Amino acid sequence: MSDDDLVRRLRAGDEAAFGELVDSYHSSMVRFAQTFVSNRAIAEEVAQDTWLAVLKGIDGFEGRSSLKTWIFRILANRARSTGVREQRTIPVDPEGTAAVDSRRFDAGGSWAEPPVHWSEQVDDRLSAGPFVAEVWATISRLPESQRAVVTLRDVDGLSSKEVCDVLGISEANQRVLLHRGRSRIRSALEVELAEK
Amino acid sequence: MRLRPLQRGIVCQQAVELITDYLEGALPRRQRERLEAHLRACDGCDEYLRQVQATIRILGSVRPTDLEPETRSGLMDLYRQFRDD
Repeated sequence: MSDDDLVRRLRAGDEAAFGELVDSYHSSMVRFAQTFVSNRAIAEEVAQDTWLAVLKGIDGFEGRSSLKTWIFRILANRARSTGVREQRTIPVDPEGTAAVDSRRFDAGGSWAEPPVHWSEQVDDRLSAGPFVAEVWATISRLPESQRAVVTLRDVDGLSSKEVCDVLGISEANQRVLLHRGRSRIRSALEVELAEK
Repeated sequence: MRLRPLQRGIVCQQAVELITDYLEGALPRRQRERLEAHLRACDGCDEYLRQVQATIRILGSVRPTDLEPETRSGLMDLYRQFRDD
């Protein structure tokens, strides 16, 4: 179903079109909203408010971005302001900005403790539910801006341009946040896989 | 600690910081070529790149929780209320 068709049906008051959108995006929206607010119940409320804003705003949707990007931008703005109202403390990045702990390198910058090979085995373990849960727990410990970028980009599969549109950040900033977030998750996976 | 300047090749500690820009296609050509030369020569960094790619695959496999029927019907009620107003 193309955006144009969906938008036309929504404007015409087609209930099934709204249902299709809910089926496609609601769960991802709640998950993304949790990036900014303190708990799932509040994230559900923010997603619900977003749907109302979508219904109210659909006549003014100009199609300059995809429908999904437009919905997620409304969601991001609402979730962020709700998070601010909650005075939720945003964790500062405790581990600095290096992709890999500097103690893993020698004085010349070469690996002193190179990565143990696991990239080949990891796909076999993807189907294991608890493993995915651990990955998600690692995401939830990332600083907010990194978590938002990694969730949209790598979990929800938005393009870099779409992520920039949703969050109102530059491409360069998006890459920095993605780099730190992915690096942190890789490190956590390394620890996790080393233990088993 | 002083790292060797980029012009003379890339050291591992620099290579790991370039991985995202590399995967995003955001590295200037010369820097990309230097990184690729380093990756061909360095098993540790080659595995590091593969681990980042594996991380991306794992992240892409995390599915959202299923939409609960009550949540869905609540949203459809919301829709009908909105239409009735």
